[in-house]
Amino acid sequence: MSAQKQPEFAIETHSVVKTYPSDFGDIQAVDEVSLQVRPGEFVALVGPSGSGKTTMLSILAALLKPTSGEILLDGQNMHELSENNLVTLRREKIGFTFQANNLVPFLTAVENVELMLRLNGKLDKAGKLRARELLARLGLGERLNNLTSQLSGGQQQRVAIARALIHNPSLVLADEPTANLDTERAYQVVETFAGLIHEQQRAGIMVTHDLRMCEFVDRVLQMRDGKLIKEYADKPSIMKLVRGRMTD
Amino acid sequence: MKQVLQISSFLAFKEIWRNRGRFLLVALVIALITLLVLFIAALGEGLGNGNREYLSKVDAELIAFQSKSDYLIGASRMDRDRLASIARVAGVQDAGMLGAASAKIILPGQADPLKVALLGVEPGHTGEPPVLQGRQLGTKLSDEVIIDRNTALRSGLEIGDTLEMRVTQGTRDEYYKLRVVGISDGQQYSLQPSIIVPFFTWDKVRPKSEAEINSSDPVANIILIKLDDPAQMDAVRQRLLSQVNNIEVATISQTIQALPGYSAQQSTLNTQGGFTLFIGLLVIGGFFQIQILQKVAQIGVLKAIGTTNRIVATTFIMQIFMITVIGVLIGSLLTFLFSLTFPPTIPIVFNGTTSAIAIVALLLIGPLGGLVSIRYAVRIEPLKALGLSS
Repeated sequence: MSAQKQPEFAIETHSVVKTYPSDFGDIQAVDEVSLQVRPGEFVALVGPSGSGKTTMLSILAALLKPTSGEILLDGQNMHELSENNLVTLRREKIGFTFQANNLVPFLTAVENVELMLRLNGKLDKAGKLRARELLARLGLGERLNNLTSQLSGGQQQRVAIARALIHNPSLVLADEPTANLDTERAYQVVETFAGLIHEQQRAGIMVTHDLRMCEFVDRVLQMRDGKLIKEYADKPSIMKLVRGRMTD
Repeated sequence: MKQVLQISSFLAFKEIWRNRGRFLLVALVIALITLLVLFIAALGEGLGNGNREYLSKVDAELIAFQSKSDYLIGASRMDRDRLASIARVAGVQDAGMLGAASAKIILPGQADPLKVALLGVEPGHTGEPPVLQGRQLGTKLSDEVIIDRNTALRSGLEIGDTLEMRVTQGTRDEYYKLRVVGISDGQQYSLQPSIIVPFFTWDKVRPKSEAEINSSDPVANIILIKLDDPAQMDAVRQRLLSQVNNIEVATISQTIQALPGYSAQQSTLNTQGGFTLFIGLLVIGGFFQIQILQKVAQIGVLKAIGTTNRIVATTFIMQIFMITVIGVLIGSLLTFLFSLTFPPTIPIVFNGTTSAIAIVALLLIGPLGGLVSIRYAVRIEPLKALGLSS
């Protein structure tokens, strides 16, 4: 086996632009955004509504093509990939949790997690065991065979986190994962998420409007009007941002 | 491909199983459509069979009619001279007269007589059906009768019994007694069970007008022709037309199509069957379309996490096929159970080929009805489905 040099960043973007046409001229949803996230680093993308953070997340998720710019996932340029290869990339290298409608409703908690392994052709005995262990770690050991309708919002989000991580993706994306949760559960979910990202050395990006959740991230990227306007890269400044928001 | 099938069957089965009430409801709708389609097909087959059974089983390839009778048995009159002429034509192996009329059998202890088709044939020649019990007809003038299975079932007559028949001749009701010598399989004609008598006996006992009573020359309706080589049918037909005066010649199938009301009846029932299938197509298509509209977000999630369109489409096809198969199976079983409750007077016949065609058509309408929804599912964009698009 040849020793391939691992890229320094799990995901990096260079001058990404996304423009939407409208009756009043083009709208620049994402404007020259460049960012990098290392394996094992958990980053929050924050900003007011309409700042372009969800569009940026969709681009990072290979669900939306940028108008211009470059996105490298594990050193591979997404721009060079066909539609089919992008689907494969999403399946193999990206893990997702969404704000709502996260899980397949007719599958149990463990089946939802195993689905990622099934899709990747990796559902063997070891995989099944790993799915159960991961759910148990997330406090769902007693809920493995419950359908999603039998789980609370927080439990559903934890199942989604397990599904996002089970196939060892390089990048884990979370879109407002705490939007439908009460404060206590929101903290629990993000703390667990951050812990697993650090432990498993995944690159994690979370879009959130709730600055309190930034307490658990390593870096905060602030967007406004499609631009990346500020970066909080050290814990004191992040905590200052969190506390500032909390005293608002 | 194996992996696609494995994942699709897993998703398809799990969704059906965990929503079995909803899917069972659709399967029951398909079952009711199946019941309707199979009954219409069986009714069409039963009515068609009731009209054509004798002709479709007759051991002949061609039928000679009086010219300009337009292949209508009731409008044709054929005398014995022409029988002799036809029998002499090269390629004709056998020829037999056939006279067709209606009669009523008086059943002891029953108020209503049994209406039957009274068929006159040449004993030992083409046109006389083989018996399953008893023996064939004896001489041309004997008062013997072969009854078909339907007559036997409805009348209770057995071999050796004497049946009493009532016919109107001129303005009077006449009664004739005939001895049952054989029972054949079903030989319905003109939607009636049949009794088969020697031709000269037929001419004696058939309903007649006042003018016919005094006629001494027996006249049949048609002449059935059996060929040496059925492959030479067209050539023999041409020879018959050129060598025998004043006739027209039809195949069995042409004769059946010309039976009064036969084509109209069959096309009506076929149209009904077609419309039922079409309604089934719309119902199934509508159900799966509604189902997909309710699952847009779910399909969006599946696609976002890397499920291919091929898996999404195969899952839906499998679901549609499973539900259709379950529905058709339930419907077929219901049809069978219902058919057991029907009296023999209702002309319902479950023909293997017709039922198989109906079942294949029913199995196809599911996937066909679901095509639009599958196309819709494949086109769902995960970004829009998840509400991530700006």
